[in-house]
Amino acid sequence: MNLFEIIQFLIEQLVFDYTVRTVALGCAVLGIVSGALGSFAVLRRQSLLGDAMSHAALPGIVIAFMLTRSKSSLVLMLGAGIAGILGTLLFIAIVRQSRIKEDSGLGIILSVFFGFGLMLLTFLQRDPDSRQAGLNSYLFGQAATLLVSDVITMALFGGVALLILGLFWKEFKLLSFDRDFGASLGFPMQWLDILLTTLLVVAIVIGLQAVGVVLMSAMIVAPAASARQWTDRLSLMVVLAAFFGALAGMGGAALSSLGDGLSTGPVIVLCISAIALFSILFAPNRGLIWRWVRRGRNRRRLRVGAVLGDLRTLALQHDDPHHAHSIEVLRAMSLGRGGVEASLKVAQGRGWVTEVTPGEWALTDAGILETERFVSADLGVTTA
Amino acid sequence: MSAAAEIQLIAIAVAIACALPGVFLVLRQMAMMSDAISHTVLLGIVIAFLLIGSLDSPLLILGAASMGVFTVALVELLNRTQLVKQDAAIGLVFPALFSLAVILISRYARGVHLDVDAVLLGELAFAPFDRVTVLGIDVARGLATMGVILAVNIILITLFYKELKLATFDVGLAAALGFSPALIHYGLMAVVSVTVVGAFDAVGSILVVALVVTPAATAYLLTDKLKRMLVLAMTIGALSAISGYWLARVLDANIAGSIATMTGVIFGLVFLFAPDRGMLSLALRRLRQKWEFAQTALVIHLSNHEGKPSWEHERRVEHLSEHVHWEHDFAENVVQRAQQNGLISRRGNELSLTDAGRLRAQEALVA
Amino acid sequence: MTKPYAVEVNDLTLAYHEKPVLWDIDLVVPEGVLMAIVGPNGAGKTTLIKSILGLLSPAAGRVSIYGKPYEEQRHLVSYVPQRGSVDWDFPTNVLDVVMMGRYGRLGWFRRKKSHDHDLAMDALRKVGMEKYADRQISQLSGGQQQRTFLARALVQDAQVYFMDEPFQGVDATTERAIVTLLQQLRSAGKTVIAVHHDLQTVPEYFDWVMLLNVRRIASGPVAETFTEENLRSAYGGRVAFLSHAANGHVETTIVSD
Repeated sequence: MNLFEIIQFLIEQLVFDYTVRTVALGCAVLGIVSGALGSFAVLRRQSLLGDAMSHAALPGIVIAFMLTRSKSSLVLMLGAGIAGILGTLLFIAIVRQSRIKEDSGLGIILSVFFGFGLMLLTFLQRDPDSRQAGLNSYLFGQAATLLVSDVITMALFGGVALLILGLFWKEFKLLSFDRDFGASLGFPMQWLDILLTTLLVVAIVIGLQAVGVVLMSAMIVAPAASARQWTDRLSLMVVLAAFFGALAGMGGAALSSLGDGLSTGPVIVLCISAIALFSILFAPNRGLIWRWVRRGRNRRRLRVGAVLGDLRTLALQHDDPHHAHSIEVLRAMSLGRGGVEASLKVAQGRGWVTEVTPGEWALTDAGILETERFVSADLGVTTA
Repeated sequence: MSAAAEIQLIAIAVAIACALPGVFLVLRQMAMMSDAISHTVLLGIVIAFLLIGSLDSPLLILGAASMGVFTVALVELLNRTQLVKQDAAIGLVFPALFSLAVILISRYARGVHLDVDAVLLGELAFAPFDRVTVLGIDVARGLATMGVILAVNIILITLFYKELKLATFDVGLAAALGFSPALIHYGLMAVVSVTVVGAFDAVGSILVVALVVTPAATAYLLTDKLKRMLVLAMTIGALSAISGYWLARVLDANIAGSIATMTGVIFGLVFLFAPDRGMLSLALRRLRQKWEFAQTALVIHLSNHEGKPSWEHERRVEHLSEHVHWEHDFAENVVQRAQQNGLISRRGNELSLTDAGRLRAQEALVA
Repeated sequence: MTKPYAVEVNDLTLAYHEKPVLWDIDLVVPEGVLMAIVGPNGAGKTTLIKSILGLLSPAAGRVSIYGKPYEEQRHLVSYVPQRGSVDWDFPTNVLDVVMMGRYGRLGWFRRKKSHDHDLAMDALRKVGMEKYADRQISQLSGGQQQRTFLARALVQDAQVYFMDEPFQGVDATTERAIVTLLQQLRSAGKTVIAVHHDLQTVPEYFDWVMLLNVRRIASGPVAETFTEENLRSAYGGRVAFLSHAANGHVETTIVSD
């Protein structure tokens, strides 16, 4: 199959294949919700809290199953959510009440909760009933097991979370940007903090079944980090993050339906990571490529300016602004800045200098004007 | 040696080997880096395996360890672009590399003994079946590997103790004295990476984090001295390993999960009951200090107004609840305590400072 | 009855982890003054402002604004936090930050209207930032960031302004602009209370001063209060005086802090 055929096949699958469509829809929902809420987590420097929360959810899932013997995703999600919130509260208590710093607190919660979950999981697995419950799929996610009813549950929870996000939009913005100022206005920042953190737990819980506890944090961080590169507006960032999340979710779901043995979770994470990499490199203004181009252009401009300045300094010694000098002298004056010849060529192209005789250069009238402008703009480049 | 004894020995070696660099990670506030590294070394293992075609080569450890260091470098590179913050950089890098590893395994390395569950969960229970002969002695491979890694860690940390200490507590001074902080940093990260790779087989990737971070953090609650913290962290790690093993045995559950659980249990106990920084002693101290503090506040309040026109008004007990914003009962209680301690005297509702009270107020304000 | 003080603090005591940071602070600030709070590092200057604003809960004491408890008078108060306390890489622009000053008036769930927009633009004009309304905040200089914060405070249309180090790390132009702004506020009958670091400029910029070092050393009009004796008791040996009594000012230099 060539690339075109693959894409065609993928689209056909997405449109016509019932299972793939369900899975893709589910992954899109999770991408939207985690992208939108992840934006706030990333801006509040809570990227790794998402990681800790999703790991902390594992024992909740197992205990929920142990208590109810139900495989319904609603029940398991509830257990995951409670454990996630419990883990977060413990994390806050540890960091607030003791000298233990955030990073260690997160590490403790993440690893101990997850270890406890694994212990329970393996304890359960002696019992054949539980083995079939597919609890294992929560480790790496098994989007293929998503049913329509699961997707509806996800959409419902996600919809409510997004609705609340919209309702408290300006309060959440205040919380994320300037908490103290918000408190001085009389908003109950503590409660808003708890509310927003709970919404983040909802976003994580929604994704667990498809992406798994191990990789869920990527769905919180990567869409937001990608979106941030494209815009300087919070509202647009949230929308873009949701879009990227959905794109990765659907794309990942479709791609993983291609080959056997491709878990959905890792494929979705690779998709969103690719989007993040692309954004960091190519996003206009902020992107690295842009920055390099801009920096290169600046450096070239400075070099040309420096050579012009040197020519002027030399010419002034002869009381003749058009006095020509050899490129060797200019090289010596450039103090290892390099690129003298290239700079002269650029300046020649703009009509600022002429090569009077081979290797001998002089300023033109336009060049003299340009030099004045340059020197007054940036005194640093005139060599004394 | 019995299988049970061997498993416990491996677990102890892993725990101690992890605790040593863990102390420095916790102190340098880079604990979550161990989470990142413990995931990405898998990619190193897979790539090395695909290149070499064998799971037994020591080159595998090398490949994995360099992936660990590469992860740290990548996070720092991303962070330095200032396009994403440090925490987001970690959160971007390791899931991506880990996902890549998982996919590579499922595509190209299936059927080989390199399955993802084992990497994540570890299977300590089977460790005694995989044997090697070292110096003519037949031991479990895991024990040999971890023994070597543990020895290397101990030697390195002893050799570079001074440098590590300095670079941890005073980066500026370390640099000024000519130790390269970057070199120490990456050296430490290399140690973490190698340890993580070795621990992989035994406890799996995520539980490495439990053994690196939790005992060290627990020790941090117990002492201020670096040497003592190292010893405590190793001891707590070893205790978790042994108790975790027996817990797993009783429940017939995953050993690594049980060990991680035990690190958490020990942490919880210390967090609550540690002599100086535990929640219990903190609460008791706060309760005691609350009354001391309130009495001091009272004498300072009185001494601030003594001899001023407001004095007759401010010295009255009923004023305390009104102006100082104390509940009536609380104010009465504070007055009584202060009276008992000879800080104030009381006639009717009027309070006066004693000399001891004046002294206390002065001392509090100077301090 | 006489007009109530703009700010009245009674017996305010506050502790962090049972370590006292402020001991029994009494303070009255009359309406229409520009007051500097000065004191050495760790004296509790920021803490005092934050506890007056209810951002920290004191162990004892009470605060009133125009004679009533702070909670009832919140709409009369505006707060300018330290510039460094927020992430200036946050995805938002200058106008949007200024608009946050209207959030208190807007209340829950309500969105900003064009009226709020006009007020925000007015405030930006007053600090000379109207050209930067659409500028992403990460591209601002330190002085421009401070002006943005001041505009956000202006748009609150308060009576009492609390500012935490408004002159910290700003350029000379901005410093002059802020001084002018403060004087305009005073002429309009507003009260400004600012944490201030530079002792030299106190007599020039402010007319009231409070010297603080865990307890209140002194407060009142600068001419009476900003004395060598009071400064010594606030700063201990950590301040050295190069004082000339020229035109009634005490010229001071902090040698070490």
